[in-house]
Amino acid sequence: MKRLLALTVCALVLSACATAPEPAAGKVDPKNPFPSTYLALPGQPTALVGATILTGTGDKIENGTVLFKDGKVEAVGAGLAVPAGYATVDAKGKWITPGIIDVHSHLGVYASPGVTAHSDGNEATDPNTAEVWAEHSVWPQDEGFNSARRGGVTTLQILPGSANLFGGRSVTLKNVPARTMQAMKFPGAPYGLKMACGENPKRVYGGKQRAPSTRMGNVAGYRAAWIKADQYAKKLKAAEKGDGAPPDRDLELETLAGVLNGEILVQNHCYRADEMAIMIDIAKEFGYKITAFHHASEAYKIADMLAKQGICSATWAGWWGFKLEAYDGIEENAALLEKAGACVVIHSDDANLTQRLNQESAAAIAAGRRLGIDIPEATAIKWITANAAKMLGIADKTGTLEAGKMADVVIWSANPFSVYAKAERVYVDGGLAYDRADPKRQPKSDFMLGQPEGGN
Amino acid sequence: MRALLLFLAWLAAANLAHADTLAVVNAHIYTMGKAGEIKNGTIVVANGRITAVGTNVAVPKNARIIDAKGAPVTPGIFVAGTNLGSVEVDLETSANDGATSSATISAAFDVAHGIDPNATTLPRARAGGVTHALVTPGYAGGDGRELLFAGRAALVALDASRPPVVRARAAMMLELGEGGAARAGGARGSSIEALKADLDDVRWYARNRGRYNTGASRELRLSNADLAALLPVVQKRMPLIVRVHRAADITAILAFAKQQGLRIVLSGAEEGWMVAREIAAARVPVILGANDNLPGSFETLGATMENAARLHAAGVTIAFSNGEDGHRIREVRYDAGNAVAQGLPYGAALAAITINPARIFGMAGTAGSLERGKQANLVVWSGDPLEPMTQAQTVIIAGREQPLTSRAEDLARRYKDLTGPLPQAYKQ
Repeated sequence: MKRLLALTVCALVLSACATAPEPAAGKVDPKNPFPSTYLALPGQPTALVGATILTGTGDKIENGTVLFKDGKVEAVGAGLAVPAGYATVDAKGKWITPGIIDVHSHLGVYASPGVTAHSDGNEATDPNTAEVWAEHSVWPQDEGFNSARRGGVTTLQILPGSANLFGGRSVTLKNVPARTMQAMKFPGAPYGLKMACGENPKRVYGGKQRAPSTRMGNVAGYRAAWIKADQYAKKLKAAEKGDGAPPDRDLELETLAGVLNGEILVQNHCYRADEMAIMIDIAKEFGYKITAFHHASEAYKIADMLAKQGICSATWAGWWGFKLEAYDGIEENAALLEKAGACVVIHSDDANLTQRLNQESAAAIAAGRRLGIDIPEATAIKWITANAAKMLGIADKTGTLEAGKMADVVIWSANPFSVYAKAERVYVDGGLAYDRADPKRQPKSDFMLGQPEGGN
Repeated sequence: MRALLLFLAWLAAANLAHADTLAVVNAHIYTMGKAGEIKNGTIVVANGRITAVGTNVAVPKNARIIDAKGAPVTPGIFVAGTNLGSVEVDLETSANDGATSSATISAAFDVAHGIDPNATTLPRARAGGVTHALVTPGYAGGDGRELLFAGRAALVALDASRPPVVRARAAMMLELGEGGAARAGGARGSSIEALKADLDDVRWYARNRGRYNTGASRELRLSNADLAALLPVVQKRMPLIVRVHRAADITAILAFAKQQGLRIVLSGAEEGWMVAREIAAARVPVILGANDNLPGSFETLGATMENAARLHAAGVTIAFSNGEDGHRIREVRYDAGNAVAQGLPYGAALAAITINPARIFGMAGTAGSLERGKQANLVVWSGDPLEPMTQAQTVIIAGREQPLTSRAEDLARRYKDLTGPLPQAYKQ
């Protein structure tokens, strides 16, 4: 397994691999100074047999089999023969899905317990902190990672908070227990840039008697930053072609330039439809792409526009009204977006909800049906698997059960859209990361050692 | 008023009479009463009350028939603890009447005054099958405010044709543990002493109203309004809901309540399972969140999703709250389903969102079960009521079939089709 990963390191480790050669041993790649040291948990060739499989590609297979080996899915289908030497898991009556992906998590950066010492998610000291990286706040001992895994979550995007116009870089993690953040870092996942619209930045900085204190102040802030970033990116590019010296290193501008170069994905916290439309125009003005709007409570109002632009909306079913920009949030949001052909993701933004993204999706399906929009379960599962992977730029690696993808797999005790379904086994890259029936496969953080044994 | 007008318009459209005679037939009835579960039964409703429940029930000729087609019928969902109706938008203080930071009003705070009959949260809750709730006050910031009590809770029924508050001042709210400590100088050692001093003051006040009114009072920490509000608590006429989390804090408040002769209800109690037998022995009910399993603070390190199942197994009466989030109150039934997945018997989970809260807050004569003579509060579901995929088909409160429309649904319908010659604003 280690060898396999080492061989594929260039393909996996860096999105910039295509443009930058792999640095020699001992050298630090300037674009990847905190490289992933992730190694898959030990696994064995495995056959999960007899389950109802939601593949994440839109298919539902009855009485199906999943074969995986060396951390990769080999085959998925009905009536597959189990090769010799494979560990066979009887999954009759169970359901199987790809590992759940939560595209909006603050695990590790707002770790449990939620004490002052763990408040590491918002560098709320300047409206533009594109220079900070969430990964430098991630505490791998957050017990929330273990709770999330019990809910089937195998991949998470950890984002900085939304106090700032530019909150900093996100990091995508494999949900395995580890001593270091680097050992969780999803090999080859691109970085994201957290941006935030609306109430939060203007409230935080308006409250400090400084800009932005209005939505127009927010927009001026984005544009001013992109103007500087554009100049920086142009100088960098020119220097690469031998035209002048490169600009002085600037962490803030490096991140923004990474967006302009297409290496870093924009993950934009934005509730209101009209603000999303403005953000789309800003992206056009400066030549970058918005990968996703997060929360996106009003995305349904511009579902056609979002479909056309190819922008994903990551949202909830039941959350609304906690602030005015979320007042028009409706349970039907996901179904309306799906109907319009837009990319939908159900996210959590919450250490509790992340454990039940399947149920949140069920509520969204039900809301659609109430409105006469019937989204099949095989489609809805994409909201927390394939579409989520697409949003994080890792759709070629995980998010579906297809040959060659990472064997990130969940066996559910029942239809995952039922409230009674429990994740019984969770495989990450083919390694058994959690087994509800085996206490030896139920990891516990250092923090929880010697604490009351609540269990589950 | 808007809700009432809408309801009247709806009534006219549906051509329904107010005091309808109804019969829900072919129903899988969870009575939550002595009759238990009735697989294929009928419920007859007349003049707002249930006149018959069972298998061999005569349906009156004038009854309007609601055919459940075998689907589950339960009492309306009763949520024991929410800010429903008192908070329209959490972050807007002008649209949030759920808590006070007043320097002189704490125990006297009466959340009922801030429950807006036209709150958009109410129809959304109703469409989700919620018919009753205890609206509890929370705590607002208020730097350095050393007042322990949050104030008085109110019972609401979500009948669209009536004002929601059915009983104000139904319970007193108090938070201890870390929150209480923060309001008493920062440590637990002072919060329970401050509480004791406050209750002593209330008793002195009860005995010396004359001296108090002439200004010959001893020094009292609380305002006149707060002291008066706490009288029914020390007289055991009003339940005191104590929000507390750590096992040791639960043990402490159980002992304190016994010593002081208070009628308490625990809320939160994430570590309740660790002292479940003590809670059961004290016959103190517990209001809890089914999914609170994170070690979110140093007083919930033992939190587990099995808390509800373990408390129930120990003989504790439990009811589910939805924290303070009235916007998401319809999800409480899913929470109950999660508790079932974690070992709580199905009937106990249903009881925790129907008959138990009704009993705890003295509403069992009205709500919480489907029994002859009781007010008719029921929901016909499309399937298992604890499943997110299930919808409320028919909601009846006080014998009246309710509209299941909401502002959210209006928005969904308005934006279902984005084409058309005119902007969405022209769609009604």
